[in-house]
Formats: sequence, C-alpha cells, structure tokens
Amino acid sequence: MSLRNSYKPGEWINRAKEINFTFEGEAFTAFEGDTISSALWAAGQKVLGRSFKYHRPRGVLSLANHDVNILMTDGTDTNMRADVVEVKDGMTLQAVNTIGGVKKDKNNYIDSISPLLPVGFYYKAFHTPRKLFPFWEHMIRKAAGLGIVNFDYPRILKRKLHTHCDLLIIGAGPSGLTAACKAASAGLQVTLIDENRHLGGSLSYDHGGHKVSAEYGEDLLKKIESLPNITVRVGAYAAGYYPDHFIPIVETGGITKVRAKAVIVASGAFEQPPVFRYNDLPGVMLGSAAQRLIYRYGVKPCHNGIVFTANDYGYRVALDLLAAGANVLAVVDLRAGGNGGLHNLELCKRGVKIYAGHCVYEAVATSDKSKVRGAVICAYDDKNNVALTDNKFTVDCDGIVMSAGWAPAAALLYQAGTAMQFDYDVQQFVPSRLLDGIFAAGKVNGIFELDQRMRDGERAANDALNYLGKLAVNTNAEKHSGGAPSHAYAMVPHPKGKNFVDFDEDIQIKDFENAAKEGFDNIELMKRFTTVGMGPSQGKHSNMNAIRILAKIRGLPVEKIGTTTSRPFFHPTPMGHLGGRGFHPHRLTSLHDWHEAHGAVFTDIGAWKRAAYYPQFGQTKADAIQAEAMAVRKSAGLIDVSSLGKIEVHGPAAAEFLERFFTGKYANQKIGTWRYTLLLDEAGVVVDDGVASRVADDLFYLSIGTANAAMVYREMQRCQQEWRLDIGLVNVTGAFGAINIAGPAAREILSSLTELDLSTEAFPLGHFRETTVANVPTKVIRASFVSDMAYELHSPMRQVPQLWNALMDAGKQKGLRAFGSDTQRLLRLEMGHTIPGIDTDGLTNPYEIGAEWVIKMDKPYFVGQRSLSILSKRPLRKQLVAFTLAANFKGEVPLECNLVIDSGEIAGRVTSISYSKFIDRIIGFAYVAPAKKAVGSSFDIRTDNGLLVAATVVATPFFQLQEA
Amino acid sequence: MKLLTCPINGTRPLSEFIFGGEYRQAPDQNTCSDAEWAAYVHNRQGAPGDKKEWWYHSPSGTWFIAERNTQTDKVARTYLLADAKKVVKESK
Repeated sequence: MSLRNSYKPGEWINRAKEINFTFEGEAFTAFEGDTISSALWAAGQKVLGRSFKYHRPRGVLSLANHDVNILMTDGTDTNMRADVVEVKDGMTLQAVNTIGGVKKDKNNYIDSISPLLPVGFYYKAFHTPRKLFPFWEHMIRKAAGLGIVNFDYPRILKRKLHTHCDLLIIGAGPSGLTAACKAASAGLQVTLIDENRHLGGSLSYDHGGHKVSAEYGEDLLKKIESLPNITVRVGAYAAGYYPDHFIPIVETGGITKVRAKAVIVASGAFEQPPVFRYNDLPGVMLGSAAQRLIYRYGVKPCHNGIVFTANDYGYRVALDLLAAGANVLAVVDLRAGGNGGLHNLELCKRGVKIYAGHCVYEAVATSDKSKVRGAVICAYDDKNNVALTDNKFTVDCDGIVMSAGWAPAAALLYQAGTAMQFDYDVQQFVPSRLLDGIFAAGKVNGIFELDQRMRDGERAANDALNYLGKLAVNTNAEKHSGGAPSHAYAMVPHPKGKNFVDFDEDIQIKDFENAAKEGFDNIELMKRFTTVGMGPSQGKHSNMNAIRILAKIRGLPVEKIGTTTSRPFFHPTPMGHLGGRGFHPHRLTSLHDWHEAHGAVFTDIGAWKRAAYYPQFGQTKADAIQAEAMAVRKSAGLIDVSSLGKIEVHGPAAAEFLERFFTGKYANQKIGTWRYTLLLDEAGVVVDDGVASRVADDLFYLSIGTANAAMVYREMQRCQQEWRLDIGLVNVTGAFGAINIAGPAAREILSSLTELDLSTEAFPLGHFRETTVANVPTKVIRASFVSDMAYELHSPMRQVPQLWNALMDAGKQKGLRAFGSDTQRLLRLEMGHTIPGIDTDGLTNPYEIGAEWVIKMDKPYFVGQRSLSILSKRPLRKQLVAFTLAANFKGEVPLECNLVIDSGEIAGRVTSISYSKFIDRIIGFAYVAPAKKAVGSSFDIRTDNGLLVAATVVATPFFQLQEA
Repeated sequence: MKLLTCPINGTRPLSEFIFGGEYRQAPDQNTCSDAEWAAYVHNRQGAPGDKKEWWYHSPSGTWFIAERNTQTDKVARTYLLADAKKVVKESK
C-alpha cells in the first residue's frame, strides 16, 4: 500500500536511483534523497519508533529534525534522527529504545501502567532507602535509555575552520533568501546557512495547493546563484551565539567558527502541536510535516485525512493534501468563527466539510494501538476551553494533520541577549530589543504572510547595511496582518488524559497540573519537575505549550510566566565536533631532552615543564628526593633552573625603578654584586622575591621565581606605564638558561672549567661575575638558596646543554648528580628559606615572615609602602616560624595546610613540611600565634586524622639540629 | 569569543588579553589618611556601569586602558595610558 506519489518538480528525491535498506530486519526500498522516515512512511510503515517513557508507538511528527521519538541506529551511529537523516544503500537500521523492535516492543506494557507513573514518580519512589537507589537507577536507565553507546566507534576526525564575513544569515527561507540577495547586491560578503539539505525553507513545501511560493523560491534561488559574494552552506546549523557575532556552524564534516560583522536571524518558527487525547498516534502529524512529505519526498501523508486546525495555516495544509491526492474528510477548526479566508472558500467549493468551533476530542487507535483509524469530533467552547461532547461523532481516517501555531526558533536571539516580548496579535514571543548588529526577520520576528516575510527580509538586510555603514533606505518594519498565526490555547481537555504536550518525555496536561499543585509553579521549577523541554528536542515543540498551560493554571498572562533559558548548543552536537587539540602552551628548557633521557619525573610550574626528581631503579619519589638531597649535602648536585624569570632593566633610571618596584635599596648597590628583591602589592602583601644583579650603573639583571615570572614582568610593564621612568625592560627569560651547582664539591668542580678565581676572598657570597665556563659565556651568581656553597650559572639558552654536560663530566668523580625541583624545595627548607606563594598566601605581610630586614621605609616610595606604614603600627596576628617534630617521630606526619591548634582554636597552619634525611628530623614552616614565635616554644599541629602532634620552634638553618 | 581592540595591535580575540583590574588613581600616599588609603587598596566599586579598566595584550606586552560598560559589556574605546589626557581632551 504505497503512499508514494508521482513525480513533481522541486522534490528532493532522485527517482532514477533506487536504494535498498532494512529496518528491523525487513527489507525496504527508497529513492536517493529520501530520509529514513520518508522512505518508511512511503512504504506504509507507520510505527517508526517508541516513546521514551511509556514506549508508545510513534510516527512522523515534524519531519524537521524534531522527531525525537524516531531515533535509529545503524550499528555505528546511534540516535540518528530518521526524520532528516538521508537513507543510504545497504543501511541496516534499528529503532533505539525498544526491546524486540518497534512493533512488539516488550516495554509497551509501561503504557498500560502509566497511571502508576505520575510526574515526579522516580524522584519520590526511588530515592529512599538510599542504598537501593543504584539498583533502581540501573533498572530505570535500562527501561528509558536513548540508544546504546558504541565503544568501538571509529575515530573520525572532524575539521575545525575559522571564517569571516560581513553578514551571516541564519535560515534560507523566504526572508533569509531575500535578505541575502539584498545584502549581496549591495556588495556585502554574505554567508547564508540553513540546516536543511536545500535552500528555500517553507518555499519548498508550504504551497497551499498552489505554485506561487514555489515560483518565488525558484526566482530567489536563481538570484542567489548569480551573486558571487554569497557563500551558501546547507546542512549546517548555527549551534550557538557568542559575543561579537562569533557563531559556530556545525556540518557533518566539522565545525566552522564564523566571525560576522552583522547577523540576520531568519530561523523561522517551530510548528506547535495542538494537544488532545492520543495526539501522538502514528498518523497524527503536524501540518508542515505533511507538506514536507508531499513536496520534498513525493509521499502522501495519508489516504483519508482530517485536518485539525486552530489557525488559517491548516486550510493551506488541507489544500496541499488535496493536491497530493488525499481525501480531506473534514477540516476541524477550534476557533468559534473558523476562517481561513480564500482557502476556506476554495475548500468548500471542493466539497470539504469544515467544522468551525469544533475540536478533535480524541484520536482513535486501531486495535493493535499502532496507528490512528479515526477521530472523535465534537463542538468546542473556545472561550472556556471546554469540549462539548453531547453530539460527538467519529470519522474514520488514517491521518490527522494538525495546525495550532508556532513558536519562534529564537534560541540564538536569546543567547545574543535579545529582549523578547509577547505579541498578542501573533500570539508569539517576538524580539523587542536586539543587540547591535543582530537583526531578526520573518517568522522568528512574528511576520508570517509570504510577501510580508520577503519584505521583512529586505528590511533586515537594509538595517544590516545601515549598521555596517552603507546607506540603505526602507527600513520600516511591518506588523503582521491578519489573524493570529498561533492559537492562544489549542489544548483540548479530556478526563482520561493521554493528551501529550511533550513527546520527548510523554508529558500530559495533568502532569503540569500536578506539578503546579505540588508547588512547582514557576516555569524553571516546573521544567525540572516535569522534565518538560529536557528531552532531545529541548522543548522545541513543547515549551510554548508548557508556558501557556502554566499561565492558565496560575491565571497570569503568558508574558508573566517567562521562558526558560536558552543555552548553546541549539541542537545536540556530537562530541567529535567539540573535541580537538588543547591550546595550553608549555615551555621546555634546552635541557629537556637530557632530563627525559635520565628518567626525570616532570612537573608543571608556571608555563614550564620542570624535572621534579630523577627516580633510579624503582626508587619511590621520597627516596629519590632524599638521595638527591644527600648528594648535594655530601658532594654536589646540579639543577636546571632555566625556567627562572630573567629580566634586564636598562637605563639611567634603572636603580630608581627597582627602588620603586621592590622594598629594598639599589641606588647604592655595587656593580658585580646582587641583592635580594621582595615585591609587595599595594596592600603590602608579599607577592614574590628574587635576586637583582647590578651589571652596570644603568643595567640590572633580575632573576625571578619560575611560577610568578610572567606576572612580575607584566606588573613591571604596568608600573612603567604609570611611572614613565627613563628605562627599558627586556624579558630575557627564554634567551638565557640557568644551572645551579650546589654542594661542598661545587667549587672544585666549577673551578676545573673556568679561569675565574672562585676563592671566597675573590668571589664572596652576594657577588656575581661574568666569565666563561666550559667556553660558554656565563654569568656566575654566588647565591645560597639551596646550599652555602652554590653557584648559579646563567648562559645563552642554547649553550646550556654544553655547560651542563661539561659540569657533569667534570663532577663525575666527585659524586655530582642531577637533582630536580622537588629536591630543591627540600634543600631550601633545610636552609630555612621561604618561598612566596608556598610559605605565604594572599594575606601575608612581610613582617609575618620576618622580612623586615629588606624593607627600607626611608625611601620616598615603593609599591606597598603606604600599606606597610599602617600595618607596622599594628600588632602581628600570626608569625611564620621554623619548627621540628621530636627526634625519631613515629606518628602520623602532619601535611602542608594542616592546622596549628592553640587551646582548641586555630592559630595558623603548616606551610612546608618534610622529612630531611640529612638532618634526620621532620622540619617545616608554620604560622603560629606571635606569642609562640620564640625559639624553643612548642605548639600543636592537628593531622588529617585529628591527632595533635607537638612541634618545637627552632632557628634556621635547620642544620643546627644535627649537632643537638 | 569577544573581541578587544589593542591600541597598538588592533582588534584581537579576547584570549590574547589579560584583565588587569579597574584603573584607579591612587590618593597621594604622603597626605592621605590611613582610612583613605585603606579604602583605595581594599574597596572596589562593584556596581555595573562605565568603568576604566587595565587590559594587557599578552603576545605584545601592551598595557592599555579600556573604557567598558560592565553591564552591557560594550567597550567604548581603548587607549594607552600615556594618551589618556589626549583622549579626554578630544572627547570634550
């Protein structure tokens, strides 16, 4: 019983090419260009899927990418939308969410027990007792799943593109096409996109039994083709709106991020179903779906149909049904007066019975409940929303085609911050205030008549041209003329329910009433409780009705109910489109390969990958760190510190800049020496520390901790913008690498590679020298961060490996080995040095860490000085102290951030703590009450398990403990 | 993604920029009271509206001022701090 019609021009199928496929084991034929649904429908297969919750049979509803009950799998992809996915030769298809196929779904019993499953049922029934929930969850998910994820999914790479245009037009219906022609004729680079396979929108199917719109469509398409500055993308949807007109366009092959100078949203409207009992039976479909079947795929929606309408559109659909060779047994118009204008007259002339002020009270199912076989019609009191069933009668039919109204496809407009208001003349939310550069045209703008839509498209194009600085006239927006395209409340009450509002989730009118009764009477709460609009169609055919129902329940006008929030993505977008390369740049030192070859474990510090430690032969992390630290204490160690921030401050005012930027004094610093630098913020909080080496009167070389280097340099640049001193800042972080050689044997090893006199007299602590080491030009800084005997060697980054290898060779006999940044943290702790950001936090002032010595308040200005002048007058609230646990401590070792407890109160926290093998004690830093800061006083640390561990304040460096 | 116009490098995507907080003039630290200084350091005007903000174009290291409405997220203009006086004069 084929429903396929004969050839009509404009159809999307290629009748010359037959296609074979199977659906649930049964063989079908189709034409190239058919969607899965259109091919099955043409063959008389009406049950195409099962609903999500009650497993009710479902057929064609919208044929516009919203038939979410008709999801199929071909074994690879799942949840393919059969209403729009083109059928291919050899496809083997199954509907998802059934047990045993759509015809005999074993879960269809759920429909018969649906009264036991009211809205909110799961929330209430299964959440107690808690321990049983995983069991119930498993059962529920099995019963109500959407498709099965294929874990053998082939890796399909989706391309990512960026593109730019003057004007992006979303939607290629009559208004979008007209706008594109207008804008392109005026010279704009236009990108025109449409989610359908072909341009034209409703021009390709909404004909009202005549050819006018098809001819308009042909004219427009010819014009589009003739304009070279229009880029057309079909099968492409705009997935979201991001600031400054940044719009991702999703196609099968990948995602294109379009940056437009202006955007016209001509996305049209979603047809909304009227609500009546059994409005979900296969054979009951939207008017626009029937038209799509007829004109795009040459398929008759039914043989004997009834049109149930609540607007004039239904009359057009009735004429299209006649044109397709179907009988129209009745047009049932919910409106008391009916109408439909000229179409009404034409239908009457052709003998179609029109029942104004009537409703389809319910659809009648065949005995196997698989499809519609009739409609019960009765009078209807539109004013009071009551079906008058006294004289109801049944008409046998195999199709009910319904038209009740529209909801704007306004998701992108909402995302773009558009204010929408409810327009009672069209019974629709329409844009009332659009952001700069965004324009709306056509149905989404509340304009429905074809000629008006085309003029609205031209108007929007003119608005866009004006916005882009091109003179354009005629920007008068028209108002919709004629009756409202949408009915205010096309919902027929029925005592037995099953009048579906949301087909995704099988939600009926009574579910909303119950939700409201339970107090979920705000649209956002109602959405979450009933799950309306939370299915795969995201409420595209249910949200508007939900709003109307809630408005009625609460006795409020529709605009007081508001709408739910629209978020990207507009349409479910496969993960493959979103996955891609991460853009997290990281920096490697020139020694990275060496570290890798020597088994380093890396850690991320700032943007850098640093070697943290080098475990040998299955050593644990702790063992490796202790072994490296012992090497430094007993002989010597070598660490790559190339990631240190390195900044040159040039110019006559270099010293002045430093004195303003840091807390210390630099004007009197001798060339060839370095001084400690401490950076505060304006609140006097410790930000960072480092070393400033004076290379010349007008040149300082700064080294800054890895983690903060980028931020400190940025802050220097900003201060310079304000101070405008006679200096220049050069960030040489990447230009120079650095190595630290530390330990008792360091001097001996280094001296074998340089002519520099390394004796304490010639080169004491606090000094630096420029020389060559292993023929590499090197700045040698005598710093003592990890050891009293240590040299920091700064050299051109690319020559650092040469220097490193020479040192390694020279130190081989002396027990020299590499150590990592985790070991460095232990070594500096043993030395008693704090690290800003580890031993300080966002509130720490320098007095709390005992840094008074570097604060020179007698300078005219430095960052944070004024705040310190206030802070210095106040008593300290906490003090950082060095502590140790008892010798041979065996209990639970406290961790960093464990709290210091004083008489039951929190007094501070541990900032650094570690066992030191060299000292053979557990040592650390902690904040304590100032009263407890004296060496020898003790305090308690509370461990993760709540034990109190006694700690004793000691002096630094910690080495003194060894003798004790 | 939002666009921002660096006065040196032109219009670039926001991912190239770092926000530097509201631009505020510090009171004279030698004459202001402790309370005035504390208010400057710790208090921020959070009400939405027209703000002058520090922005940093990271790849080029350019600090500049953006006049932005924090309610509409519209940037009226951007300029280097050194040109601030000129900009103010021009707009009068």
